[in-house]
Amino acid sequence: MMPERLLVLSAVLFSIGLYGVLTRRNAVSVLMAIEIMFNGVIIAAIAVSRYVAPAALRANPAATGDAVVQMVLTGQVFAIFIITVAAAEVALGLAIVIAVYRARGTVDVTEVNLLRR
Amino acid sequence: MSSIYEPQAWAILFLPLASFVIIALLIRPFLNQRYSRLSGYVTIAAVGAAFILSLLVLKSTLGHEEPIGWVSHPWLTIGDLEIRVGILLDPLTAIMLVVVTGVSLLVQVYSQGYMKGDPGYSRYFAFMSLFTASMLGVVLSSSILQLYVFWEMVGLCSYLLIGFWYHRPAAAAAAKKAFIVTRIGDVGFLLAILYLFLHRDTFLAQGLNPFDITDIWAAALVLPAFAVTWLSLGIFAGAVGKSGQFPLHTWLPDAMEGPTPVSALIHAATMVAAGVFLVARFFPLFQESETAMHTVALIGGFTAVFAATMGLVMYDIKRVMAYSTVSQLGYMMLALGVGAPAVAMFHLFNHAFFKALLFLGAGSVNHATGTFDMRYMGGLRRHMPITYVTMAIGSLSLAGIFPLSGFWSKDEILLEAWRGGGLVNQLVFWMALAGVFLTAFYVSRMMFMTFHGTFRGGAEAEGHGQGAEHPVHLAESPWVMVLPLVVLGVLALGSGYVANPLGDLAGIPAHWFVEFLGGHAEPASLSLAAVSTLVALLGVGLAVLMYQTRTLSPDAVGRALRPARELLSHRYYLDSLYEGVLVGRLFYRGVARFLDWVDREVVDRTGDGVGWLGRNLGRGLAPIQTGQLQAYGVVISLGILAIIGAYLVFGR
Repeated sequence: MMPERLLVLSAVLFSIGLYGVLTRRNAVSVLMAIEIMFNGVIIAAIAVSRYVAPAALRANPAATGDAVVQMVLTGQVFAIFIITVAAAEVALGLAIVIAVYRARGTVDVTEVNLLRR
Repeated sequence: MSSIYEPQAWAILFLPLASFVIIALLIRPFLNQRYSRLSGYVTIAAVGAAFILSLLVLKSTLGHEEPIGWVSHPWLTIGDLEIRVGILLDPLTAIMLVVVTGVSLLVQVYSQGYMKGDPGYSRYFAFMSLFTASMLGVVLSSSILQLYVFWEMVGLCSYLLIGFWYHRPAAAAAAKKAFIVTRIGDVGFLLAILYLFLHRDTFLAQGLNPFDITDIWAAALVLPAFAVTWLSLGIFAGAVGKSGQFPLHTWLPDAMEGPTPVSALIHAATMVAAGVFLVARFFPLFQESETAMHTVALIGGFTAVFAATMGLVMYDIKRVMAYSTVSQLGYMMLALGVGAPAVAMFHLFNHAFFKALLFLGAGSVNHATGTFDMRYMGGLRRHMPITYVTMAIGSLSLAGIFPLSGFWSKDEILLEAWRGGGLVNQLVFWMALAGVFLTAFYVSRMMFMTFHGTFRGGAEAEGHGQGAEHPVHLAESPWVMVLPLVVLGVLALGSGYVANPLGDLAGIPAHWFVEFLGGHAEPASLSLAAVSTLVALLGVGLAVLMYQTRTLSPDAVGRALRPARELLSHRYYLDSLYEGVLVGRLFYRGVARFLDWVDREVVDRTGDGVGWLGRNLGRGLAPIQTGQLQAYGVVISLGILAIIGAYLVFGR
């Protein structure tokens, strides 16, 4: 297996997302960039899981049932979990964006700096 | 077997305490308007019951060599140390119980008349109950910590009662003075207790409890000599404060600002007796240290003479009495110091009766004349015959004239000092003898100025403020005031015979009192008795010459001895020294000013500095907070990169 390539892909996606988060001024774009970062993380989780699981199984040949599931599927479960949370987070984030738009008439994140004062 | 049970002994303590609680929580808040007399009756009932129980205790302790000690009750546990509370009942306790409850009972009866119509009537009796209870607690305690708690309660009650008429600035000041000056001595007592705590390992190794009084007696033989000396001196410091010994005597004369029955109680049975009792209580400890014994004897002897000289020139009848108390307490300390605690207690026993009598008599005189200044009295014996006769008994007893009670105990003290041998004992013997002369003189002077000659106008002649409050009505006081005087007069006549120095008499074996307290009685010395009586008669004679027959004019003598008179009437300038130099100059201008500077320049500056730092730091760092989330994100990302980079370069 070649987990390195998958990890490089993950790092590239994460960095693109981070760049978007740090540079885009439109709040919706920032949310989208965050989604890209999530995907980078998901890929890393699955890649590592795929890489680690066979070694773990070899080390514990006697393992059965839940123990096997735990060894093999942890990364995948993480992935599904992150997707779920990301969906919820986008829903919440968009709601906040709409609320900000209604309140201030803009979705430019550089304009939303009330905390400074 | 003892016929007394522990609950009965506790009841002696808790009856007056209950009286305090009932008066303070029930009578004073709810019934004060119409039934304030009730508080007096409750107090008398409680103290009376305690008195009867005390008599039972005394009866059951007769013939017991060993102290009756019930197993004490655990109170607190600190590490491996258990602090216990309980009752220690030995002859000393039994005698003190009877003296305290007996005198207190008479004073309460007297107060019915003296305090009649006072707006603080219930408060007065509440405090008096608490005062009596505290003193009984001191006497009964089996642990030094328990004793200390009651000891401080006695101090508190004296503060409350001396400052009873708190609206008078002099009373408030005197109360504060009494509290603070005695507290100086209490620091020594507290240090002694802490010292015991430090030495707990020595005690525990012996299976002893460092706070248990009987164990402290036992430990006196085990502890190193210097430890015993310091412990004794610490405890003695507490006694010096409470018993008004030099140099902490200044509060006692000022304590006259309280109501007169309070003075009687303080001077006879409670407050000042606590100091003598304390030294007697820890006598087995003192005995092991020659230094401590000599200190006690010298301070006692010096105080006996020193205070008596000041009594010579006072015009306030209660102040004469106050200095007399200080002086008599000096005698008791002296007796303790020469190794005769039983004799000291004998004198305390007699003194309690005749001094209470004298104070209550002074109160009776004040009731009639409205003043305490003897210059405005005179000729009262025709108007108040019972007061006159009883006070004459008390005065002669104080002067140590045969056959009144004071003669017996004073003589025993002189005898013990004389027989003691050694330089210190010789010295204090002569001090005590000088004290006898001075005592006889000032007490006779007081009697002549008050009761003989012609009446000089009382409060109306004195003419400032109080005249309207206390009109002069020259008549005998009401029977509630006279009755205690008569009872005390009989006691002052007869209490000396409990010691019976001469031989078996009236069913009391010779030297009963002294041997009951575990002392060894010296055979009476007729020659010494003759000398002391002669000296006392000389004192009385001089007073007759000066104040009765006026052969020697007091004014002329005063002029002739002007410097001495000035020195005495200014009380050796000690009050000025304490208040002017120590408190005013050293404390206010020195310590207080320094602390003020520290507060202003160090403490306040530190506070200001912290504020300044926060404000300016915030101002300096404020521009960094742009409110731009993305800028923060950049910094966070760069920071994480830096940490990862550092890990890669320097890690592993």
